[in-house]
Amino acid sequence: MTLSRGTKILLGIFALIAGAFIYVPLGIILINSFSTNKSLTWPPTGFTTEWWGRALDNEGVRSALLTSVIVALCATAIALVLGLLISLAIARYRFFGRESISLLIVLPIALPGIVTGIALNNVFTSYLGGLTFLTLVVAHATFCMVVVYNNVLARLRRMGGSVEEASSDLGAGGWTTFRLVTFPLMKSAILAGGILAFGLSFDEIIVTTFTAGPGITTLPIWIYQNLFRPNQAPIVNVVAAALVLFSIIPIYVAQKFGSDDERAGGVI
Amino acid sequence: MHAKRLLKVAAVSASAMLLVAACGGSSGSSSSGSSAAASGGAAAETPGGSAFAGPVGMGEGQVNILAWPGYVEDGSTDPAVDWVTPFEKETGCQVNLKTFGTSDEAVKLMQGGGWDVVSASGDATLRLIYGDLVQPVNTDLVPSYADIFPDLKMQKFNSVDGVAYGIPHGRGANLIMWNTDKVTTPLDSWAVTFDPKSPYKGAVTAYDSPIFIADAAVYLMATQPELGIKDPYALDKTQFDAAIALLTQQKELIGEYWSDYTKATQAFESGSTAVGTSWQVIANLAEADGGHVAAAKAKEGATGWSDTWMIAKDSANINCAYKWVDYIASPSVNAQVAEWFGEAPSNAKACDLTTDKNFCTSYHAGDTEYWKDVYYWNTPTTACLDGRTDVQCIPYSEWGTAWTALRS
Amino acid sequence: MTTTTATHRGFWYRHPGLRQGGLLTAPMAWLVVVYLGSLAALFLTAFYQVDDFTGQVVRSFSLKNFQNLFTTSAYYQSVFRTISIAVLVTVLCLVIAVPLAFFMARVAPRSWRPVMVALVLTPLWASYLVKVYAWRSMLQPDTGVIAWFLKPLGLGGPGYGYLGIVITLTYLWLPYMILPVYAGLTRLPDSMLDASADLGAHSGRTFRSIVIPLIFPSVVAGSIFTFSLSLGDYITAQIVGGKVTMLGNVVQQTYVTNLPFAAAVATLPVIIILLYLLAVRKTGALENV
Repeated sequence: MTLSRGTKILLGIFALIAGAFIYVPLGIILINSFSTNKSLTWPPTGFTTEWWGRALDNEGVRSALLTSVIVALCATAIALVLGLLISLAIARYRFFGRESISLLIVLPIALPGIVTGIALNNVFTSYLGGLTFLTLVVAHATFCMVVVYNNVLARLRRMGGSVEEASSDLGAGGWTTFRLVTFPLMKSAILAGGILAFGLSFDEIIVTTFTAGPGITTLPIWIYQNLFRPNQAPIVNVVAAALVLFSIIPIYVAQKFGSDDERAGGVI
Repeated sequence: MHAKRLLKVAAVSASAMLLVAACGGSSGSSSSGSSAAASGGAAAETPGGSAFAGPVGMGEGQVNILAWPGYVEDGSTDPAVDWVTPFEKETGCQVNLKTFGTSDEAVKLMQGGGWDVVSASGDATLRLIYGDLVQPVNTDLVPSYADIFPDLKMQKFNSVDGVAYGIPHGRGANLIMWNTDKVTTPLDSWAVTFDPKSPYKGAVTAYDSPIFIADAAVYLMATQPELGIKDPYALDKTQFDAAIALLTQQKELIGEYWSDYTKATQAFESGSTAVGTSWQVIANLAEADGGHVAAAKAKEGATGWSDTWMIAKDSANINCAYKWVDYIASPSVNAQVAEWFGEAPSNAKACDLTTDKNFCTSYHAGDTEYWKDVYYWNTPTTACLDGRTDVQCIPYSEWGTAWTALRS
Repeated sequence: MTTTTATHRGFWYRHPGLRQGGLLTAPMAWLVVVYLGSLAALFLTAFYQVDDFTGQVVRSFSLKNFQNLFTTSAYYQSVFRTISIAVLVTVLCLVIAVPLAFFMARVAPRSWRPVMVALVLTPLWASYLVKVYAWRSMLQPDTGVIAWFLKPLGLGGPGYGYLGIVITLTYLWLPYMILPVYAGLTRLPDSMLDASADLGAHSGRTFRSIVIPLIFPSVVAGSIFTFSLSLGDYITAQIVGGKVTMLGNVVQQTYVTNLPFAAAVATLPVIIILLYLLAVRKTGALENV
């Protein structure tokens, strides 16, 4: 498709404007993290690095960050196993109700978080003896499953069944075929799905609010508490700014390992 | 061979469950799950049964606390702000904390069970008492109780029929606050926030909670005496409808409602809010930031809040619970909490221990006169709280529905 | 594993149904029992009542909650307002995402792609709440960033309210629209676009007749995110909504004091989303999420 030079320039300008739309608020977060104003009032009243220093030796941030990472890792691990199983079943077998599964698995992310949140909260507190760390992980895994499933399924469809047939013609059993043929081919799709699932879980607040047990403070909950009560809103901005900087790591990993075919096609 | 392979497949499909177990294991704490609190409701006279007879003995090793953010600090928010660690060292009671954002959430969490103590505001206390979720408190076992300001003891929201249900924690009044760039003459009345002809239309703020209906009732007490409102938390149908009508009219003037105080502070400082309901702590924060603001108690009177430490009815750690309520109400800790959170302390001796020597004056801690026309948050029930028996009052659940409908 | 082929193709090979059952048991048990079970329990609650005095749920069946929901004008206005916000957000995301993704996938040099994808993903890592608060500074009347940009044009900022919610939600969910559309565009085979050009179609025609139909499932996949995330949001409305509220706020405000009513309100977004999902299922969009 050959575009005229003018069209290309127009699209380029549009992309720049869209980029500004995406980055100006991030700039504000960065600026506010250096502001002397404690309630994030715009424009900032002065410059200080106090908040960066205080954020660094803030134990609450560190433990909340750790909790978030653990929750996201657990939820991702479960989502990986379940999503993988379900996508293998869908890609390789035909059975009654197969068409409904793609609808069922997308539901937890498509339904509003507040619905998922109060539904799980109601069941956990009324029938299962209250909220714990586990209920939070279960809730997160439920809505993370879909991204793993879709990434892996797309890969399985593109792969087709022929390599697996060849493997089994050569005498490999089902498990051997999976271990030596299917799994290596799916690895990058699994990684992409896993990173997405991790990201979804890491910043989730609404479902988290309704399903986290006592004393379990994930980073978004910590941020919520610090924005909504005591007087250290700028620290929250430091945390957000730092997260953006750290985010380069997982994105780099995704790009590097997802590079065999249309990498971003695999991502989401 | 088959069996081996079968095992492998079974292992894969079961590994999800194993992961659950692995992740569950890392949580460390298990909820005690003792929500079966219904003991038949035999004690109809004093809800929650009888108080702990004492004496307070060895701690059970832990205490599960439900509190407003900022009330229970262990240094994780700010290393300099820590009164939990000394408590844990002193008593051996490990503190497990969950914070809540609204009184409604606190009640909901208490219904779930598993808690020992809760810091309840007045719009939650009666619900907890009549919901059979908390027990009377034996104040003889709480040495700090002696120094609590007398006008906070045995109030309508923390006692029933002369039985105490908790230890007062602190208090604050809901003030009228304004941005001095936008409002040049000092205010002393709620009128500008309710009058349809208010010059500040679009820049008025109000507190976003059903309990704000009481603020309208306080204004009506002064401006429409013929309604006969005696207690803003005891409104019959006519009085309630009048309050809702006033609030519906006020909605035209509102720019934003607030419930988190970072937002309120920011709005007042930037001037996007010119005038409205606020707390002393918001005024102080905005001033410290260099904001041009002022706040005062309105001449019509004001609503206010007074929080109470209560003990759960089915508390599994009763000794640690008593140790906590005594500790948190003791002069030096009470002073720390009050300064950190920004409220008037409940313990008279706390005023000597604040780092800011003017703190108690600025928050009117011991100023009995100041609190005379402050109506502390309470939970409306069908039985009118002002003692009327000829009418039924509108219960809190309907306050909630009415507020949601008003805001929608 | 040194036995004959016959043994290799043993039990599981001869029983594909069991094999498939083995794969499906755990995830299906999870989704059906944990998720659908919870939803069913919630919607059953919608027919219960709440005791005025204790606030506890009373299990007596009635349609009172739904009656209340459909007869109070404030509630159904809120329903329409929320749907209109979700639709507007989705349209705005689409309008921004399609040209941007097109630039990323088809115009910019191939080597820029990973960097641009990373740049678009970055905001996802800045916490949701912090971004919403940043939008408070953007939208602030008079002194906010947008107002500052618009001042030379003689315009004021949008302030807090309906428009503020729409802009903020668009910002929050934009990456969820850009990524599937971008992925769809990179998957377009060059050969097909070349064939279209060879057959004499100019680029506009190729875009309409080839590109749009082929990326449609990706667009729908993105819209599932933008639409449903907007439909269920309540925190954004709390922070930048001024006095405007959404359906999520109603659920959030009532779920503690009146869970049955909150459940009844929650059925509405669920029905809307289900209808949407069923309608778009045939496009294959669900597998592009």
